[in-house]
Amino acid sequence: MSSPSASAATGWNTVIGLEVHCQLATRTKLFCACAAEFGAPPNTRVCPLCLGAPGALPVLNQGAVALALRAALALGCTPDPASRFERKHYFYCDLPKGYQISQFARPLARGGGLELASGKFVRLQRIHMEEDAGKAIHDRGAHTLVDLNRAGVPLIEIVSEADLSGAEEAHEYLTRLKETLQFAGVSECDMERGSLRCDVNVSLHRPGTPWGTRAELKNLNSFKNVVAAIEHERARQRVELEAGRRVRQETRLWDPERAETRTLRSKENEQDYRYFPDPDLPPLVLDAATIARVRAELPELPAARRARWQRDFGLTPYDAGVLSASRALADFFEESARLSQRPKEAANWLANDVAAALAAARLDTPADLHLTPARLAQLIALVADGTLHIGGARSVLKALFTRAATPAELVAELGLAQVRDTAAIDDWCRVAIAANARAAADARAGELKALGALIGPVMKASGGRANPAAVREALLRLLREERA
Amino acid sequence: MSSAELDASAMRGAHARGERSVRLTIEDTLARIARIEPTLGALSAVLADSARTRADELDAARANGFEPGALFGVPVVLKANLCQTGVETNCGSRVLAGWRPPYTATVVERLLAAGAVPVAVAHMDEFAMGSSGENSAFGRARNPWDLARTPGGSSSGPAAAVAAGLVPLALGSDTGGSVRQPAALCGIAGFKPSYGRLSRHGLVAFGSSLDQVGPLARSVRDVELALEVLSGFDERDSTSLRAAPVARSARTSLAGLRVGVPQEYFGAGLDARVRATIETALGELEALGARRVPVSLPSTALAIPCYYVLATAEAASNLARFDGVRYGPRVDGDGSLEGMQAATRGAGFGAEVKRRILLGTFVLSHGYAEAWYGKALAVRARLRAEFEAAFAAVELIVSPTAPTLAFRLGEKSADPLSMYLSDALTVPASLAGLPALSVPAGFARDGASELAVGLQLVGPFGADAEVLAAGRLFEGATRHHQRRPALAAS
Repeated sequence: MSSPSASAATGWNTVIGLEVHCQLATRTKLFCACAAEFGAPPNTRVCPLCLGAPGALPVLNQGAVALALRAALALGCTPDPASRFERKHYFYCDLPKGYQISQFARPLARGGGLELASGKFVRLQRIHMEEDAGKAIHDRGAHTLVDLNRAGVPLIEIVSEADLSGAEEAHEYLTRLKETLQFAGVSECDMERGSLRCDVNVSLHRPGTPWGTRAELKNLNSFKNVVAAIEHERARQRVELEAGRRVRQETRLWDPERAETRTLRSKENEQDYRYFPDPDLPPLVLDAATIARVRAELPELPAARRARWQRDFGLTPYDAGVLSASRALADFFEESARLSQRPKEAANWLANDVAAALAAARLDTPADLHLTPARLAQLIALVADGTLHIGGARSVLKALFTRAATPAELVAELGLAQVRDTAAIDDWCRVAIAANARAAADARAGELKALGALIGPVMKASGGRANPAAVREALLRLLREERA
Repeated sequence: MSSAELDASAMRGAHARGERSVRLTIEDTLARIARIEPTLGALSAVLADSARTRADELDAARANGFEPGALFGVPVVLKANLCQTGVETNCGSRVLAGWRPPYTATVVERLLAAGAVPVAVAHMDEFAMGSSGENSAFGRARNPWDLARTPGGSSSGPAAAVAAGLVPLALGSDTGGSVRQPAALCGIAGFKPSYGRLSRHGLVAFGSSLDQVGPLARSVRDVELALEVLSGFDERDSTSLRAAPVARSARTSLAGLRVGVPQEYFGAGLDARVRATIETALGELEALGARRVPVSLPSTALAIPCYYVLATAEAASNLARFDGVRYGPRVDGDGSLEGMQAATRGAGFGAEVKRRILLGTFVLSHGYAEAWYGKALAVRARLRAEFEAAFAAVELIVSPTAPTLAFRLGEKSADPLSMYLSDALTVPASLAGLPALSVPAGFARDGASELAVGLQLVGPFGADAEVLAAGRLFEGATRHHQRRPALAAS
């Protein structure tokens, strides 16, 4: 879709820029001490400032500034040493002051960007800080209800240059952006809870001609919707242009139910926001020492971690990708690798069995399954010292998800310790050979597949506790001896 | 001795020493209010019950050995734009009729902590927009020196209440002269501190980059006392100065003080009687040892247009919140959100406020903002620079506070431009953020009336104590502040 061949096929280039709003993970709001929490009863996390009460004044939350600055530095932006808060005016029932405190002429930071897997660098235009509006609820009877808990919650808006050329690139950009913000501890980036929101600008043009008129798409509440809306909008604009009509500059709303975009407001009806510097707030001064301190405190970002894991631990790019899906998982992996001293094994367990269990249970992190890095490391050690074979280890892992016991305790309780008594293994093997004469003959003739038919009964007889390698060895030895 | 004759410090002393109960002072004050207020019309609400309760609490506290504060038992009046929890704070506007704030302004908290007793809320021009008090939706205060005339504005009620001897101290707010001009017209002291000196937390905003709370009193001595109580950093106002409370200056003489007289403040618009009274006052300053130095502030004439761009831009923004959604009377209109907001604002705001919202919206609108708002910011920077240059050669700049004597109520209501010029001499110090005091300079006759003239003293940024000290020494020598209107003696 976003590949050059697609544009060659349709004859149109797609130009996409994204505006991402991201809620900063602060305890309190941007300009007051009210809790910035999700899901509280309506209008219970409000103060005179949140209510737009006359005479109430904003006081900047320095914790929010630190997180915004961290985001800017994680994305390679250049902070403005004296950015400014401005008032953006419009009337709506969820905007208590009649203006939103935002940044305009002097945003917090400019420049920076993110690299995609293809090596393409998506540039950022700017990052600015602003407060969120409240929430208008229209579907509860005759009246519109207003909940101001969200009013004043700290956001950053991250504006990309129009460097993206398709829905897949947009999706990858969002994925990289989200993981960077999460790893940097800037935001939870939970689209369902609204802590990550995305508007998309889309336009089409013929290769070699100037850019077309763009439409802005809103109400995209999942990455899936972003992709679907871009695809739909591309098709719509293409139909317009190929019919000789013009694309109007407008804001369009994505309707996920009908899977289409429709006009919200045209450019002629756009607000005049009358930005001007908020006289209640002095310029936001960031001195070199502050910037240096926040830069020094930046945690290692996902791309750097993946590279290090591949280099130092020998992980595959796929495993590194799976394990860096969230900061919690990445941290879990690193701790498990450290405790077990076997990073490859830790990676295998997490990327396969644990990941599958999480997916099946629709959970996010190993901690949600009651797993700890220490327990995983203990499990790895039990396999490494031969106490458990892989099948037994899987059973122990499964038990760990529901039990508070240690892996060693579970091994004992479940009787899963491997049988190392060669006499016992030899006995099971002899029984198997005797009971499967045909397979034994084929195996003697060198057919390896037939050997498998002998291993199965032995494992069954041992209750799964015999080491498969030892069984194989014993079978081969016994078959040889019989022939001799 | 009646409380009307005591200043705040004397009153506080009498209470602190137990010579007089706070309750007696408050009863005295309420009785005066009952006698004079029907004629004066300065107050929008008398807080009789809470004042009596508080008086008894203070008396009990003193009896229990609590250290009396700096304003212990002093009755005060507050302009109707200073928030007090549970007390109607309507800013003289129908749009806020009945609004009782859920919190208290920092300056009011500090008054209370010092032992002051709020006895009334006073009328004002709607949202502090006006120079005569006539733009109030609830009542027009009269000038105690001539009841047919304006007390000035927008702190009309507070100034009239102090001048009529209802209370020794009131708090107003000054955006372009709203404390100084009514103080001048009412023959009392009124002070606009350096910008940021007093917290704006809980002061309903008009022009946020200009607004300052200001004390009004019958003596500069009481203004100094109030400033000491009210000033000091407030973390709830991001524009609050990080400075200790202002202590009274130890200056005891004006000898050698260089006093700048800007020629631009004595132009054609200045009433001859005001000019003559100020000339006399300048002579008195010289007699006290001050040296008169001519200075020039060339951009003074630009101050009024500059102010009416910046203040209205900020006002239009600050008043956007009065939309009928969360508080204040709501008018449903056509039932849509936009219709309700338009109807609420249409019915709630008075003509002058609407005029300024329109002006302020225009000067920030797309395509015009640079030519209007941007240019006005440049003028403001220039005015500031000119003041700074002048203060290289002088310690104070003196001038008339208002260009005319108190005018008759109704005289200028139909002519907003001439009303705006009432602030021509006070607006420059507001734009520059400088401390400025109006102190009684003398009196002039207009027909049968004796009317007050105010002398404005402006100092460099932060020199609040020095400005007040000069005013105190001037009033101590001239005693103009001891004259009382006939109404106060009734």
